[in-house]
Amino acid sequence: MHDHLLSLLIWLPIAAGIVVLLLGDRNIVAGRWFALAASLVTLALCVPLVHGFSAHTAAMQFVQKAAWIPRLHANYGLGVDGISMPLVVLTAFMTVPVIIAGWQVITKRPAQYFAAFLIMEGLMNGVFSSTDALLFYFFWEAMLIPMFLIIGIWGGPRRVYATIKFFLYTFLGSVFMLAALIYMYLKAGSYSIAAFQALPLTLVEQRWIFAAFLLAFAVKVPMWPVHTWLPDAHVEAPTGGSVILAAIMLKMGGYGFLRFSLPIVPDACRELDGLMITLSLIAIIYIGFVALVQQDMKKLIAYSSIAHMGIVTLGAFLVYAIVASSGTTLDAGMGLDGAMVQMVSHGLISGALFLCVGVLYDRMHSRQIADYGGVVNTMPIFAGFMVLFALANTGLPGTSGFVGEFLVILASFKASFWYSALAALTLILAAAYTLWLVKRVVFGPVANDHVAKLTDLNGREFLILGVLAVAVLLLGVWPEPLLKVMEPSIQHLVSQAAATKIPV
Amino acid sequence: MNPHLLIAIPLAPLIAAVIAGLFGKRIGRAASHTLTIAGVAIACGLSLYVLKQLYSGGVSSFNGPVYTWAVSDGVHIQVGFLIDRLTVLMMSVVTFVSLCVHVYTIGYMSDDPGYTRFFSYISLFTFSMLMLVMANNFMQLFFGWEAVGMVSYLLIGFWYTRPSAIFANLKAFLVNRVGDFGFVIGIAALFSFTHSLSYTTAFAAAPHLAQLQLPVFGGVNALTLICVCLFIGAMGKSAQVPLHVWLPDSMEGPTPISALIHAATMVTAGIFMVARMSPLFEYSSAALSFVLVIGATTAFFMGLLGVINNDIKRVIAYSTLSQLGYMTAALGASAYNAAIFHLMTHAFFKALLFLAAGSVIIGMHHEQDMRKMGGLGKYMPITAVTCWIGGLALVAAPFFSGFYSKDAIIEAIGLSHRWGSTYAYWCVLLGAFVTSLYTFRLLFMTFHGEERFRKVHAAQGHDHGDDAHGAHAGVHEPHESPWVVTVPLIALAIPSLLIGYFTVGKVLYGNYFGNAIKVLPAHNVIGRLAAHYHGPLALALHAFVTAPFWLAVAGFVTAWLFVLKRPDLANAAAVKFAWLKRILDQKYYFDWFNEQVIARFSRGLGLGLWKAGDQSIIDGAIVNGTAATVGWFGGVVRRVQSGYLYSYAFWIVIGLAVLLGWFLVHA
Repeated sequence: MHDHLLSLLIWLPIAAGIVVLLLGDRNIVAGRWFALAASLVTLALCVPLVHGFSAHTAAMQFVQKAAWIPRLHANYGLGVDGISMPLVVLTAFMTVPVIIAGWQVITKRPAQYFAAFLIMEGLMNGVFSSTDALLFYFFWEAMLIPMFLIIGIWGGPRRVYATIKFFLYTFLGSVFMLAALIYMYLKAGSYSIAAFQALPLTLVEQRWIFAAFLLAFAVKVPMWPVHTWLPDAHVEAPTGGSVILAAIMLKMGGYGFLRFSLPIVPDACRELDGLMITLSLIAIIYIGFVALVQQDMKKLIAYSSIAHMGIVTLGAFLVYAIVASSGTTLDAGMGLDGAMVQMVSHGLISGALFLCVGVLYDRMHSRQIADYGGVVNTMPIFAGFMVLFALANTGLPGTSGFVGEFLVILASFKASFWYSALAALTLILAAAYTLWLVKRVVFGPVANDHVAKLTDLNGREFLILGVLAVAVLLLGVWPEPLLKVMEPSIQHLVSQAAATKIPV
Repeated sequence: MNPHLLIAIPLAPLIAAVIAGLFGKRIGRAASHTLTIAGVAIACGLSLYVLKQLYSGGVSSFNGPVYTWAVSDGVHIQVGFLIDRLTVLMMSVVTFVSLCVHVYTIGYMSDDPGYTRFFSYISLFTFSMLMLVMANNFMQLFFGWEAVGMVSYLLIGFWYTRPSAIFANLKAFLVNRVGDFGFVIGIAALFSFTHSLSYTTAFAAAPHLAQLQLPVFGGVNALTLICVCLFIGAMGKSAQVPLHVWLPDSMEGPTPISALIHAATMVTAGIFMVARMSPLFEYSSAALSFVLVIGATTAFFMGLLGVINNDIKRVIAYSTLSQLGYMTAALGASAYNAAIFHLMTHAFFKALLFLAAGSVIIGMHHEQDMRKMGGLGKYMPITAVTCWIGGLALVAAPFFSGFYSKDAIIEAIGLSHRWGSTYAYWCVLLGAFVTSLYTFRLLFMTFHGEERFRKVHAAQGHDHGDDAHGAHAGVHEPHESPWVVTVPLIALAIPSLLIGYFTVGKVLYGNYFGNAIKVLPAHNVIGRLAAHYHGPLALALHAFVTAPFWLAVAGFVTAWLFVLKRPDLANAAAVKFAWLKRILDQKYYFDWFNEQVIARFSRGLGLGLWKAGDQSIIDGAIVNGTAATVGWFGGVVRRVQSGYLYSYAFWIVIGLAVLLGWFLVHA
């Protein structure tokens, strides 16, 4: 089973999605249960994945390789290391609450809705476990289609604008990545990512490839200034779409930087890391201020996501700044550790916050902060969860939100006092926009008749938020298991990033 | 020492808090308070046991890990305890005051619908505070630091339907975050030099760090930067100017937490932290001067605000600010043990004052305005007597606990030669007059003189609906509080009266702290005071010929004159010094500045970046502009646009296929 575990994690949900599609809307009761069962089985498949994973090697594990397009030397190559494995688990984990969250809420074409999420789960697992660049690209682009449909069919009133913006933005970025991949294929004679990582490249080549990668990954993260598709996409997306978008899709950008940019074009990264760090800090500060003035809860959390992902890109590119200022790679891995933990943590917290907004939206059909106030009076249990996730979003120690931020800030001082001072502003900004939101929505006297009529969480909603709350707290109290799994791969990545690939 | 026993100390209140928090509704009120009180009682008993072991049991300090929180890049970040005499003193004070407050809460919150939630929060607070003081590394310190801040946030906003409460808790959290911003940079700086988060490594590196320069701000000493950054954290938590603004507003929370969190324990975390870090601060005189000046400024100027306030809780809150300033100034003069000693005595008498104020508030049916009180002494004798004991301790009346700690601080600062010590000395000396003035004013206005509440009720009926307990109608006779309220008052009055007398010889002038606190010989002002120490009795008798005592007497006379003898004089003074009154009424314009300048600027900046940056430039000009250009181009070149999205996608795919094909042919 180990040989095909990753294949199962990819194709089982996709096959299940097709079955749900075939069952159709008329058999939706069976379809829903089938979808839930499939997502749970996929999650259960993560047990042997985690259990069988060795935390002592940076090598790819659960490797699978078969010829795919022989003419192109493209392989069906799968494998995970300490960087991708946690993201596969995160994907499988977050799909379950999304399926449950859509249970009775989705009445329009429900079969297609559940199918889309299952298919997307498989494709995202494919992105994280491909060891072949063409296969990676296939999953990367294929993923857009279900997300495009999710926003386009189940989205809000401005969904057409949002989908076009989303599609063109992300597609535009990816096209350049494809060109870079093809260029390297022509040089390396293979689409293997490992071959790309070993390929010597001149600085000029590296710069062009870096730029192509940057466009693809920066749009996905998203980094300032190519972030404006995200708030629109979130606002129009249904709850489940927002959760997957924030929890998993954004991570594909961060993953891309770690898997492609740092090891394949290290010299270009070294040269341009000042730019990357600057863009990351702009994301943290500029976006923090923008989040402060949002009137729409989803937009606010979307902007908060961008700011939190700024910590990820900062952590990723600190490697070079640390080497430059201290002359050694000591503590460079801490920035990468922080980036990875932040990705996992942000997946949980932003997902949970979007689910919280979904809970309110299902009842009030409004996302406007001004329409709420005093929700705690009628929904005390919900309020407890909302406050917990909000505090986690502010990076409170004891929650997962703290771990990544703390590691990145610790590492950043090594690079520069100013990086750490500017990055630490997130402590103030995140608290300001998140807790001001809580103050206006959750606390206070009952604001109007609609709030007065709200009913607290049902069992289904309680279950989802409860599971996420436990995960957020566990990871905050004891992040070591996650860090341990990543350690060899992170160390390997540091050595790759610190090396030079310019042929002599 | 047995590590399991140490783990049980924070764990007992945590478990109680979790059970009361999650299942409080199900297990009921009595079970919730019994459980949480048991948890805190266990923690308190074990803390006292450890204190005894360390002090007279011949047991040495404990420093060890509990579990490995994370290993990143070879750095082991652990949760672990450092239990020495400094730690165990804090643990004992925290758990004892917490226990008193738990019992008191049964009476104070008896008719509150959030009863079990409240018990859960205060037990959670006790856990967080214990984690903070027991830490042996900066990660755990920061955890406890933020966790107490979070519980404080939840408790200030406990009555969440009051707009003023939820404003105050947001303000408290944000101001504390400004401090934590500095704190975390300080931790990161220390880490970047020592590659470790453990105290031991940091302390060992201090002399070396004192020699390093950092190329920021035109070159600063590395250790000075670290210490100042850490102290900025303390300024937030211990409410020092200009990060003090949250503490008076925190009085929106229920009175028991004002006593526990915002007087006795949490706000002293900053003081404790600096004393804990004395091996670092000792090597940076510049940082200590900064600490000294900030502390002394807070001590004097915040005390002045207490003089003009009429809300009984806010007067005590300003008094807390001022006393925290005294402790901070003591730290700045290298008199760390005097600061901790004052922290301890203050914890008892200030918790007592708050709980007594709470008793008055219950007796007055949730009235907090002292102008509507007066003459309450004969209706609530236990409250009045215990409150007087707390007040006398606060003004440093000889023989009371506060006398031994505060006098030492004033004298130590007088002996210090550190930059800023002259200014600081005048601040803390004149502060003695101010302290006495607001304290006796409070006592007189509350317990003595005319029974103004009758007049108020007769004149305006009942309009104080600012509490969560609903309005009561008609005129009430004030009444003494039930035993669950008065017993904690008595329990706190005893140490407020006696603890200074019995411990000053050991904690302050003896060698109680050993190597838990480090003072370089050249800075050792307390050591010089100790040379003249001849026992607590002689010290108290000597006080009658010192300036602080007579300044306090002057404060007493002034308060008596203005409150009891000639109330008209107070009004005349207010008219004559209207400019001063305005400055004090506006609290030196700090709130105005924060709300009108900083908050407004932040929202304006956010709006500007959003509307101009995101919407106009990025979306308007670049994204939609590009789309428009492409659209125009497409319209010219191909007039077959269908306008459907899938058709665009289709053409993109075809284009890709052509591109791929071209590569294939050429490859």
